[in-house]
Amino acid sequence: MSAKSDDTMMLTTPFHSRVKEACGLNCWGNWMGYTTPNAYEDVELEYFAVRSTTGVFDLTPMNKYRVSGPDAEAYLNRLVTRDVSKIRVGRVGYTVWCDDAGQVMDDGTIFHLAENDYRICAYARAIDWFNWAALGFDVSIEDETAEVAALAVQGPTSCATLLAMGLEGLDQLKPFGLTEFEFEGETLMVSRTGFTGDLGYELWIAPHKAEALWDRLFEAGRPFIIRPFGTDALEMARIEAGFLQAGVDFMPAEEAVRNGRSRSPFELGLGWLVDLDKPVFNGRRALLREQAEGSRYRFAILDVDGNKPAQHSFILKGGKQVGTVTSAAWCPTAKTNVAFAQIEMPHGAVGEELVAEIYYQRELHWTRVLAPCKVIESPVFNPGRRRATPPAGF
Amino acid sequence: MKKYDAIVIGAGHNGLTNAAYLAKAGLNVAVLERNAYIGGATVSRELHKGWTYTNCSYVCSLLRPEIARDLELPRHGLQVVPYGGGVTFKRDGGYYGNYYDHNRQYREMARHSKRDANAYERYTADVMKQTRLIRPFLLKRPPDPTSLKLRDLRDLTEFAGSFMEMGEEGLADTLKFWTKSVGDFLDEYFETDVIKAHLGGTGVIGTALGVYSPGTAYVLLHHYMGDVDGNVGSWGFARGGMGAVSGALAKSLLGYGGEIICDADVDQIVVKGGKVTGVALKNGDEIHADVVVSNLDPKRTFLDVMDAKDLPADVVRKAQNFKIRGSSGKLNIALDGLPTFNGLDKSSPLMLGDMHFSDSLQRLERAYDDWKDGTWSKDPYVDMLIPTQTDPTMAPPGKHMMTVFVQYAPPKIRGGEWTAEDKAGFEKSVIDQIAAQSPDFKDLILHCETRTPKEIEAEVGLTEGNIFQGELTFDQLLFNRPFPGYAQYRGPVGGMYMCGSGTHPGGGVMAAPGANAAREILNDLRQPNIVPGGYADD
Ligand SMILES: Cc1cc2nc3c(=O)[nH]c(=O)nc-3n(C[C@H](O)[C@H](O)[C@H](O)COP(=O)(O)OP(=O)(O)OC[C@H]3O[C@@H](n4cnc5c(N)ncnc54)[C@H](O)[C@@H]3O)c2cc1C
Repeated sequence: MSAKSDDTMMLTTPFHSRVKEACGLNCWGNWMGYTTPNAYEDVELEYFAVRSTTGVFDLTPMNKYRVSGPDAEAYLNRLVTRDVSKIRVGRVGYTVWCDDAGQVMDDGTIFHLAENDYRICAYARAIDWFNWAALGFDVSIEDETAEVAALAVQGPTSCATLLAMGLEGLDQLKPFGLTEFEFEGETLMVSRTGFTGDLGYELWIAPHKAEALWDRLFEAGRPFIIRPFGTDALEMARIEAGFLQAGVDFMPAEEAVRNGRSRSPFELGLGWLVDLDKPVFNGRRALLREQAEGSRYRFAILDVDGNKPAQHSFILKGGKQVGTVTSAAWCPTAKTNVAFAQIEMPHGAVGEELVAEIYYQRELHWTRVLAPCKVIESPVFNPGRRRATPPAGF
Repeated sequence: MKKYDAIVIGAGHNGLTNAAYLAKAGLNVAVLERNAYIGGATVSRELHKGWTYTNCSYVCSLLRPEIARDLELPRHGLQVVPYGGGVTFKRDGGYYGNYYDHNRQYREMARHSKRDANAYERYTADVMKQTRLIRPFLLKRPPDPTSLKLRDLRDLTEFAGSFMEMGEEGLADTLKFWTKSVGDFLDEYFETDVIKAHLGGTGVIGTALGVYSPGTAYVLLHHYMGDVDGNVGSWGFARGGMGAVSGALAKSLLGYGGEIICDADVDQIVVKGGKVTGVALKNGDEIHADVVVSNLDPKRTFLDVMDAKDLPADVVRKAQNFKIRGSSGKLNIALDGLPTFNGLDKSSPLMLGDMHFSDSLQRLERAYDDWKDGTWSKDPYVDMLIPTQTDPTMAPPGKHMMTVFVQYAPPKIRGGEWTAEDKAGFEKSVIDQIAAQSPDFKDLILHCETRTPKEIEAEVGLTEGNIFQGELTFDQLLFNRPFPGYAQYRGPVGGMYMCGSGTHPGGGVMAAPGANAAREILNDLRQPNIVPGGYADD
C-alpha cells in the first residue's frame, strides 16, 4: 500500500513484497492502477499449475464493495437481475446488474456474509452507480477494495494445500460456499469460488496479515506443487472455462460512448441470471421488452478449426460478416481452439456452422485463413472436481 | 492601382487560412492587416527583451488537424506539444490535481471523493457522446434548415442521422446539454466543490455568462472537441506561442503565391451595384477585387467596414443585435525563475498544465456577479500556465513566461471607459490571487503585459474584446452563426464573404471558419473543391 494518502503513483497490493520476489520475469501489468504481474516465470507452467496442481493469483485489485444495513437484501434485489433472497448466508452468487435500458453495467459476485451484510466483487468501479441505486434504501455502501487482501488458490491440489495449511474441514465446503477460519488472530474468510473453472478457493484477509498468509500458504503448498500465476495464465484459464470479462467481452454500459455498443444479459448468454419473476429490478422493463421483441445479438462460444487463435476475427456466414470475436485462445487442457463471439441475430444458434476470418503472423509474414467454426453449447472445460465435495486430493 | 482576384481583410489565423486556400486554388490573393504584425488573436510578440509572449490565445487543441496537414503547417514550422496536468488550488491549502494517466487521475479524484472518481468515467463518456456529435460538422458549412438545395438537404439528413443514432435518451440528453448551464451539468455527476470548479471553468472561458447561466455546458464542450494527435479533449502548446500557428499559415500562404500587406487599415468595403469592387484603406488607397472576405467579427464587418446603405436593413439590425460581450482579460508575465506553489513540488507534472485558484462553483458565480455589476472580478477565475516548462523557445534558460487568462473583465467599467487605475486594480486582483498560493511569485515578476477588454478591442480588433468574435450560445451557433440566412459564409452583397470566428463553427484557434469559407467561395467561382473535409471520427 502507498504510504502517503495523496500518493497518486501506481499502487501495489499487500502481497507485493512476495509477488516481486516470485516475479522472475519482471513482467508487470497495470490492473486498475495496481502493479500486477502478467507472468511470474513461465505462462505455460503457470497455466498448468492451475489445471494440474495449485496456482495462486493475487486478486486484491478486484473492486470490493460492502453492502450492509436493514435494507441490504431489498436493495440488492433492486440492483441486480438475480433473486438475491435465494443466496443464503454463507453462500456466493454470480450475477449481473443493468442500467434502466437493460444493458449490462458489469458482472460480479455477491457474498452473503451475514444477515443483511454482503460483499460485491466487481470488475468495474461501481460506487457511483451503487449509490444512485441506493436512494430510498436504508443501506450503507463502502468501497473496501484496499481494506481486504485476496488470493485465489486454484487447481486440483488446492483443497489439499489449504487443508495442509490447517484449514480444517474446508473439504466440506460446497461450490459457492463461504466459511471463516482464525488466522493469527485475524479472520480468514474462504470462499469456494474462482475465475478459472477449476476446483478452487478464494482467501480474504486483512492487509496486515497478507504476507503471513502468503508465506504459510506457499509453505503448506510445496508438496502439492504450488506456484503463483499472473494475468496471462488466468486469461487462458478463464476462456477455457467460458467466463466473460467486462471491458473485453462487453462494454460496461455506462462507459459506452457509441449508441448500440452495450449489451443486455440475454445478448451475453447470461439470460439464466435474469429473474423476470422479481417484480422490480433495474432494467426489468427493458428486458421484458427485449424478451418479447427479440435480441440484437447472441453470445456464442465457437469451436474453431485449426490451431490459430481467432483473436479479433470477423465471423462470416456465406461470406457476409455476421459477428466479431471478443476473446480467443488455444485451450491447452481441452485441446480446443475456442473463441467468444458476438453474433448478429438470427445467427449464432448452437450447432450453426460459421467461418472465422483469422489473421496471423509468422516471421513478419501475415497469413489469412478462413477457419470453419461451430457454435457449441457450453464451455470446453468443466471438470467434475470443480463440483465434487469433498474434493479428491488431486 | 492593383487588382486582385480576392482580398481578405484581417490576417487573423482564419483570414490566413482562407487566403491560403484561395491562393492554393490559383487565385491572386492579398491579405490586408491593420496591425504591423499578423495573427490577430493568434500571435506571439516580444514585449520584454528575451521573452516571447503568446499575447492572446495561449493553448492549442481546436486547430483542425486536416488543415494543419493539408497546408503543410509542420513543414512551415508549426509544432504542437501536448502538456499534461493541471491543478486547482484550494483556499484551505490543499489542491485538486489533474493527471492525464487514467488511473492516476482516478486516485487523485478518489482522494477527494471515491464517488466522484467513479462518476468521472460516466462524465467522460457523456461528454464524449456530445463531442462525437459535433466534431464531424466542424469542417462543414452549417446546413440551412429552410433551404431545399440538394447539398443542404444532404447535410441536414446527415446531421439528423447522427442525432437519431444517439437513441431516444441520447437525443433528450443532447437537447438538455446544449441549453443547460455547466454548473447544473456538473452537479449531475460530482459532489466535490473543487472538482466541479476545476472542470467547470472551461464552461465560462471567453463567455459573458456565469457557471449557472444556461448555455454554458456547450461552452465546455467547445473546449473538449479539439484534439492533439487524435487525443480528443487534450490540449497542447504551439512551440513558440500561438504566433507559430499564424506564422506557419502565413508561410503556407506565401508559398502558394499569396500576399500579406501589413499596416493596411481597411476603412470600407466598396460596393457598387450590389457587388463588391474592392476596399478603401484609411490612408486613402483603394484596392480592387471581385471577392472580398472579412475576417472581422460580424459587428465590425457590418457596422464598421461596411456602409449601412449598402446593406439590407435586416442585416444591419441583426448585426446590432449580435451578442458579443467582452468578458475576459489577460496578463502575460516575464518571470525571473519558476515560482513555488503551495503544496506542489516544482517537478510535479501538475505544474505543467493549467492552474486555477477558484475552488468552488460558488466562487466562479460570484466572479460573474462582479461582471454584471460592471466591474472586474475581485476574486477572478484564472486559467494560468507556465509554457516555458515545456517550450524552451519563449524565455532565456532558467527563466519563465506565464500566461494568465482572466475572467471576468467587462468591456466598460460601469458604463465608462477603463481608466489607468481600473487597469491597475484589475491587474492587482489577479496578481494577489496568484501570490496567495505562491510566496515568491511577486518577487520574480520582471515585466507584465496587462490586457483588459479595452486593449484586446483596440489592439486585436475584437469588438468589446470578445475572444470568440461572438458568444458561443445556442442562439448563435450552427445555422444561426452569425445570423440566420448568412451562416454559409456569404454576405448580403455579391462577392462578399465572412471567414472569421463569428461564423460556424465559432471561436478558438481552429482554422475551420477560414477553410469552410474558402470552400464556399471556390464553389461560387466554379473552382474545384480543394478544401479537405473532416477525418472520420468513428
Ligand atoms: C485573450 C484571448 C485568449 C484566447 N485564448 C485562446 C486559447 O487559448 N485557445 C484558443 O483556441 N483560442 C483562444 N482564443 C480565441 C482565439 O484566439 C480567437 O477566437 C481566434 O484567434 C480568432 O481568430 P480569427 O482569425 O477568427 O480572428 P482575429 O484573430 O480576430 O483576426 C482578425 C484580424 O483582423 C484584423 N483587423 C481588424 N480590423 C481590421 C481592419 N479594419 N482592417 C484590416 N485588418 C483588420 C485584426 O488586426 C486581426 O488581425 C483567445 C482569444 C483571446 C482574445
